Parts: sequence; structure tokens; C-alpha cells
Amino acid sequence: MAQQRIVLRNCGVIDPMQISTYLDRDGFKALKKALAGVTQEQIIDEIKLSGLRGRGGAGFPCGLKWELAGKAQVDEKYVICNADEGEIGTFKDRYILERDPFTLIEAMAIAGYAIGAKRGYIYLRAEYHCLLDLLKNAIGQAKEGGFLDQFDIDIREGAGAYICGEESALMDSIEGKRGEVRYRPPFPPSRGLWGKPTIINNVETLMNIPQIIFNGGHWFSQLGTEQSKGTKVFSVSGDVKKPGVYELVLGSRLRELVEGLALAEKVKMVQVGGATGRIIPYEMIDMPLAFESILGAGAIIVFNETRDIIDIVYRVMEFLAEECCGKCTPCREGTEVMVEILERFSRGGGLETDISLLEEVASAMMLSSLCGLGQAAPIPVVNSLQYFRSVYENRIRQN
Amino acid sequence: MNKINGEIYMQNKEQKELLVRLGEAQNKFGYLSEKVMIELAESLDMSISDVYGVATFYSFFSIRPQGRNIIRICKSVPCFLKNSQVIIETVEKEIGIKPGETTPNGKFSFHLTNCIGVCDKAPAMMINSEVYIDLTPNKISQILKAHK
Ligand SMILES: Cc1cc2nc3c(=O)[nH]c(=O)nc-3n(C[C@H](O)[C@H](O)[C@H](O)COP(=O)(O)O)c2cc1C
Ligand code: FES
Repeated sequence: MAQQRIVLRNCGVIDPMQISTYLDRDGFKALKKALAGVTQEQIIDEIKLSGLRGRGGAGFPCGLKWELAGKAQVDEKYVICNADEGEIGTFKDRYILERDPFTLIEAMAIAGYAIGAKRGYIYLRAEYHCLLDLLKNAIGQAKEGGFLDQFDIDIREGAGAYICGEESALMDSIEGKRGEVRYRPPFPPSRGLWGKPTIINNVETLMNIPQIIFNGGHWFSQLGTEQSKGTKVFSVSGDVKKPGVYELVLGSRLRELVEGLALAEKVKMVQVGGATGRIIPYEMIDMPLAFESILGAGAIIVFNETRDIIDIVYRVMEFLAEECCGKCTPCREGTEVMVEILERFSRGGGLETDISLLEEVASAMMLSSLCGLGQAAPIPVVNSLQYFRSVYENRIRQN
Repeated sequence: MNKINGEIYMQNKEQKELLVRLGEAQNKFGYLSEKVMIELAESLDMSISDVYGVATFYSFFSIRPQGRNIIRICKSVPCFLKNSQVIIETVEKEIGIKPGETTPNGKFSFHLTNCIGVCDKAPAMMINSEVYIDLTPNKISQILKAHK
């Protein structure tokens, strides 16, 4: 397995302010190919064949989502690019947008054609306001070049809310509401933005589209593992010598990324997938990075031997409690209870009953929360109890 | 009716402008006063409580007056691993206020925030919409001096 640039192929190569440099790299040829004689169904079939799955964390098959929206017999449909990137330790979407906005625009136009939508939105987090002009410029140049004659792209800025990265909350936010998670079904491909069929995809997912259309779904499906095709862009931070963005073929080992590329030493553990991601102890560092094992949105936070597991898990839970939208009880109350218990441990305390209480709350949250935040929030806690249980037990004993 | 209810999905179409308009007002006045929220509610044909509900949901909106410059230091784990605590303390010392407060001269407001997406260049902060990376206590004084 190795590094390979599909998503990042233009990053650092083209000038993000000049569409001509993109055109020199076969830019908009996939869109042209799509518009010239390929049917909407054929495009969707190609995406299905590729095996591309969502890169925003959930890994839903992209082609299936498009097919559902494409089949809906409705005039008004929407394409949304999720550029909210609020996951802790994730910065790959910013890296991509900064360096290659054109591929994203081309991908959205292809998506629009494939499902029959005439309008798309890029939902850009408030923290990325500095990218607004660059994106507007890119959209403007694509329009002038005649590449957006049948598809309009608008940018909607967030206003600071992690939960708005969740697709249903994001749509509420575009509609001008509080970003609260919706009850589902209906799912966005049947009823999304303003109740119309909508596909919503992560920046990185979309970045793969032009290459898939250009080279064919079969080409893409040759890369990766059984259930994880193509590459993944990882954001590596924490205790490493070379933090940054790396693109690897799916199925590559965590060790290759963390020690081989980011040059980490004396690793104690790695959190994969951001705040709700799994915590992997060093003994398991040879795990493959894939949907079958560990992946999420590709946030890789590395911790060396000097770090305290409880300290970390406590901070992560504090974040989740703060960003919980408050709509469902298990998440709202569960995250608060966990913060309280973990705070006790982090201060050197901990009660006899705390471990079983943590486990009980965790299973209730996983079972009954409304969205991925509450369902996945207990994961780091559960992992820490699994792999570093003695740390908790020692604190209780010392108490 | 703003809810999905069987086959009925009705939405006040004006409301979609709310976030955009709140953002504009926030930029112009520095915060969202009661007066602004009432005006927005009237012009978008919404209830005042709905406008208030949206205004208070998002952390980049404020319903209280803010300083001319808003400092947001990242407190999330990757920045924490790179000693964001030292940066927070340095800013506290330099401007003499705690997170959540505004300096008496109205120059700075200061908040802690979550990951701003530059964890490979931690520790980091934002002042207004500008992002500052690879921070050190020395850099902080220079950066703060450059703000009026
Ligand atoms: C709490 C929460 C936060 C999320 N944040 C993001 C985000 O910032 N960016 C993103 O692309 N997806 C995020 N997602 C996933 C989206 O809900 C959705 O699955 C994704 O945008 C679909 O696109 P994809 O299939 O291309 O990954 C989040 C999900 C949850 C539950
Ligand atoms: S954790 Fe501070 S920028 Fe990501």
C-alpha cells in the first residue's frame, strides 16, 4: 500500500485562482464527457461501480445516494457540498478547498446533472471565512468559462456550530433555522432541503467524482480493499514530527501513516476519526485504515507516552457535551453525566460505581440517540475502559 | 408550519435569509441587539422568539455587545497537546481579561473555541476572521499590538 494522489492530484500543482491552470490538467473534461451523450443513469452506474463511499465519516455508498435522489420525479432538487469540517483534528477539506476549488465545482456540476438538480450549495463553516473569496472567484471563473450554464452554485456560511456538519442539521441551517437534527426517515435523497430531494456529500467524496467519470468506475474499484475503494485523505496532528495532510490508498496500515510518514515516536495511542473516533492503543497500530476497521473522516490524533488517557477522554467529552444540539435526551443528559464522572477521574478521584455507570450510560446513548453525535460519543470512553482500564481502577483505589 | 408533516412541507421562504441577515447585522453592529432582532423578525415575517432562538444557537452570533476585535483561541485536543494553555494564559495576561469577557476599552473580546481546522499548525487562534497559527507567547504580543 502506498501514497497515491487522486483527491489531491492538483493540490500544489494548479493555481487555485486561475482556471486556466486547471484546464491544463484535464479540468472539466469529465463534465464535458458527462454532458455529451452519457445518460444520467450511466453516470450513477459508474459511481456505483467505483464503490466510492462517503468521506465525511459515515461511509454511505455514494452511488446509491445519488440513485435515490435521481429517481425522484420532482422538478426541484439540490446538491449540497458539506464543507463544515468541524470534526476535531480534521483539516483536509480546508487543505483541498484552498488548493483546488475547481475539481469540487466540476464534481458538483456532474452531481447536478446526474440527479437532475439545477442548484447546489457549498456549506462553508464560519471558521473558513477566509476561503470565501477564493471559492467565489473559482465559481465566477467556471461560470465565465461556460461550465456552469445548467447548474448554479451558491455558498452558505455557517455561524459556528459543530452539529451543523450533521446533514439534517446542516439543511436546517441553510433554511435559516437552528441547526437541530431532524427525525429520519425521510432521508435527504427523498426529502431534504426545503423538503426536496437532496444529495449531500463531503468535500473529499466529491473530489473523487471527476476522476471516476474520466477514468471509469472500474479503474477506481481496483484500488483499496474489499469494502473500501480508492484513497483516503488523512489529517495527522498531535505528537508527530510531521503533522499534515496525507493521501493513502485505503487499506494502508495505521503504522505506515503515523510512524512512516508523520514520523511519530514513542506512541502511546492514536485517536482515529475525531472526537467520536476510536482510541487505538499502540499494540494495535498495524490495523488497516478502511471502513471495515477504522476510518471515520480520517482525523488522526497521535499521543505519545507522556499523555494521560483520562485527561484526553475528559476533554473530548467536554467538547461533545458542549456541541450536543440538545434535541434528544440520551445525548444531552448522557454527555453531561460523562463529563461529570470523567472530571472526577481527571482530578484524581473516581468512585467505586463510576466505571459501571460510565458503561451503562454509554450503552443507553449508543442505542437511543437521535444522530451520530450521541450514538458515537461514548466510543472513546468505551475504548479507554477497554484498553486502559487499570488507569481508572488505580484512581479509584487511590481515592 | 415549519415541520415535515406527512405530505405537507411548508416553509416561510423568507426565513432562509435569516442566517445571512443575522451575519450581516453581526458584522455591522458587532452584536445582535434586541432592536435588530425585532426588525429582522418583522421584515422576514417571523416571530421574535424564532429569531432569538436562531441568534443564540450559533457561537459566532452574539446578543451582547462585543469588543471591536474578537479573539477565539482553540482549546481542542490537538492544540491542547501543543500547549494552547500557555497561549490562553498569555492572552489573559496581555489584555487583562478572562474568556467570555470584553476589555473595558471595548478593544477586545476573548473566547475559547473548538477546533478551527489548522491542527497541523497548532496552537492556533482567530482574531475576527483572520487565523493565526504556530503561536508562541512572543508572537501573541506582536499580533495583539497590530489590532486597534
Ligand atoms: C455530529 C456530526 C457531525 C458531522 N460533521 C460533518 C462534517 O463536518 N463534514 C462532513 O462532511 N460530514 C459530517 N458529518 C456527516 C454528515 O452527516 C453526512 O454523513 C455527510 O455529509 C455525508 O456525505 P458523504 O456521504 O459524502 O460522507 C457529521 C455527522 C455527525 C453526526
Ligand atoms: S485543534 Fe486547534 S485547530 Fe484543530
